[in-house]
This record gives sequence, structure tokens and C-alpha cells, in this order.
Amino acid sequence: MEYAPRPFFKRGPSLIARLGFFTLLSLILLYADARFHYVEAIRKVIAVVLYPLQELADMPGQAASRVANFFVSQSYLQRENDRLSHENFLHAGQLQSQQALIAENRHLRQLMELHERAEQTSTVAEILYVGRDLFSRKVIIDKGSSQDIEEGAAVVDDTGLIGQVTRTFAWTSEVALISDREQVVPVQVVRNGLRAAVFGIGYDGALDLRFIPVNTEVENGDVLVTSGIDGVYPAGLPVAVVSSIERNAAYPFAKITCTPAAGPNRNRQVLVMSRLAPLPEYPIAPEGKKTGKARKARKGG
Amino acid sequence: MMRSPMFGRLSGSKEILPPVKPIHITLTLLAALMINLLPLTGWVLALRPDFVALVLLYWGIHQPRMIGFLPAWLLGLAIDVADGSLLGQHALAYSVMMFAAIALHRRVSMFDMRHQILHILPILLIMQLIVLGVRGAAGAEFPRWWYFLASITGALLWPVTDLLLKGALRKRPDPDEA
Repeated sequence: MEYAPRPFFKRGPSLIARLGFFTLLSLILLYADARFHYVEAIRKVIAVVLYPLQELADMPGQAASRVANFFVSQSYLQRENDRLSHENFLHAGQLQSQQALIAENRHLRQLMELHERAEQTSTVAEILYVGRDLFSRKVIIDKGSSQDIEEGAAVVDDTGLIGQVTRTFAWTSEVALISDREQVVPVQVVRNGLRAAVFGIGYDGALDLRFIPVNTEVENGDVLVTSGIDGVYPAGLPVAVVSSIERNAAYPFAKITCTPAAGPNRNRQVLVMSRLAPLPEYPIAPEGKKTGKARKARKGG
Repeated sequence: MMRSPMFGRLSGSKEILPPVKPIHITLTLLAALMINLLPLTGWVLALRPDFVALVLLYWGIHQPRMIGFLPAWLLGLAIDVADGSLLGQHALAYSVMMFAAIALHRRVSMFDMRHQILHILPILLIMQLIVLGVRGAAGAEFPRWWYFLASITGALLWPVTDLLLKGALRKRPDPDEA
């Protein structure tokens, strides 16, 4: 910066001082956001200010899709209508038998004195746009905290789990997809009940099933559903299908790749499930029974 | 190195333009923010230059007294919120970029367009490297090489930015334009 001009008029603090001030401010914000999540309030305020701009920016795309919708051919609509009414018949049949199953299930659970599964409500939302961050896999949906969307809620489409609400703003919320690098979903293999965790790897179309020992019985085409033991995702939602397994005796774990069952690029409408009832507390403290009991007693009193 | 500042030069530009109104700067920055907010994905997103950075750089270089760190910092926060990334990374990057723009504004505007691009490119790269550094510190992995394409397209779009923003200033068609 040998050409940096000396201040020759009164212009307030020097350039370096101003840079220092704003750098410090940014670093404080970054630290507060990364470590303590103190700044969500600031984020929400800025999001409200940005909302109209964002709506405006989304308009060309939405107008284009509306125009494209308008020119859909008659035969396509006819075909789709046929398919949908066919599906509707199938679903109606399944729904009728399901009601009987729900009643039976409740009865059996009462007989066996198991906890009832909480009924879940859900909200239909539409994907506004895919996050512009090249590092993470996120989508923004058009329902927010004013429509009772809660952070941590599971988001599904008609074929399976899409992700989880990670941030809520007034009228929009941010959904981290299961393909995001930081997302882990506890799953269960439908065929044999094996529990595992599916990790996102940062791009669409593939998920990793990690920490499965080489000699474990997992096959190509195995369907993975959420196991529900995390208290975040309701049990039984389809997550992925195992697509390739590499077993190398040199490594303790097999390299298993799965294809996600659902994805945000299939359709715009998604379903946001309400939060699950909180799981009962972990019964025994890791150190021993006594301390756990003591702590509980203190909490109760 | 000492260098006597040149008084009376109109921000180094050869063309005499009417003075910039703050509303011009605000509107162009808002327009750039809107373009940045367009819902793009995939390769288009990777190739899309950071228009807010470009317009900030332009005003920082051509009107360093009309613009300062505060708009750069606030726009950085807006980008962070819109992208859902760690709050402050773009604010930091834009602040450093604004520093470079104001510190280099006499030098850059002395050069012709080709050489200006060679100044803009490293500034944009440094801006992206800062964002990358913050993410790295927060635990993200190094992205693929095409992450830096945005800087290259941004630098290549510098003449267009110049033309558009200068055009926004001009009140009547100028017959003497070189």
C-alpha cells in the first residue's frame, strides 16, 4: 500500500483505523455467531429487511414457471390426472386399512404399556429457492415462525425425508437438506432392523452410510428409514436406498453409498412436520446410578 | 514512498461527470444486491460474480468519499443472512475489499481498462480468500477449484460494471465520449 494517500482533509479517523474497527466488529460477530449463537436476533431483523428484496428477486423465476405452467399440453394434463386419480384410489385403500391399523396399534401399545406415539401435525410449504451457499446444501421455504414452524422440525416430501428446519425467520425458514455435510440422520435398515447413521456428503444424489463393519449384512437395494431414536425425526420416514457397497478388508468399515429417497429438485411442495414430543430423559447418568438419581431429585425439588 | 496528492483531479477519471448523488450509489447497490439474491444453482451460481462486491469496488475506487466502510459492512451482513452462512464473514471480506479500493483508488483509476482488471482480480480473490479463511476456521472443508471462478468472471465483468455505472451517472448523451 505504498500509494495510500495521506489524509489531507479532515476525514475522520484514518483508513487503517476504520478498517481495524470494522474488522474487529466482524470478528466479534463471527465469534458470537459461531460459538454462542447470540446473534440470531440480528439475523432475524436483517432477514425481515431483506424479505421484500428477496421476493422481488424471485419474481422472474416464478413468473417464468407460471407461464410455463400455462402452456402445459392437454395430453400431459390428461395423463397426470389419470395417474393422480389412480394413486388416489390406491392411497384411499391404504388409508382405510391404516385407520384400522392405528386403532389396533394403539390398543396393542396400551396392552403392552408402551408409550403412545405422539400424533403429528404438519404444514404444507413451498420451496422458495435453493440456498446460494456453495458450501452447504440448504433450501428456503415460504413458511416461517409466524406460521408456527419450529426449528428442528423434520421436512418431508411425498417420497421421503428431505431435511430439517435449521433456522426460522418471520415468513421464511431455512431447511438443511440431509445431503448437507453437517447433517446426520439416524436410520434403520427396513429388512433386518439394523441401526446406523446416514451422513450427508455435500452434494445431491448421494449419502454415506458410515461406521458399518465390513461383515455386517447390508445389501444393495436395502431401504433405510428413520429410526426415530434421535427425537428429531419421526420414525419410519424413508431416507435412502443403498446403491453401492465396497467391502475392503483393509478397513474396519465398509464404504456404503446410498441414493436419497427424496430430494428438493423433484417437487416444490414439502411437508413440515411438527416437533416430536421431547424424549424422556436419559435414565442413568454415565457415572453411576446414584448421581443420576440425586440430580433428578434436585431437579424435581 | 512519498507522493504528493494531486488536488483538483476528479477522482482520476478522464471524463468529467456530474457529481454523484447518494441516491445513485444506494440504488446501484440495491440493484446489485437483488442480482445477488437471484435464485441460481449449480454452475450458474459458481460462475456468478459477486455483483455487490463489484459495485462496492466501483464506488470505492471512483467515489471514495461518498462511500465508506459502513455500507460495505452492512451489505456484507445482508449477504451473510441471505446465504444463511456464518454472520460476519462477508462483512469482514467486504470491509477489507473496501479498504483496498479506497487505498488504491488513485492508482487504479490511472490505468486503462485492461490493467484495471489486473487490479480488480487480486482484490476479488483476496475477498474470496477471506470468506474461505473464515469458513475454514469454522470447520468447513476446502471447496473445489471452481469456487474461485466467481472472482475471474467478476474481474472480466469490470468493464461492463464501469460502463453501466458510468452510464447511470450521465444525464445526457455525451458526444465527446472517447
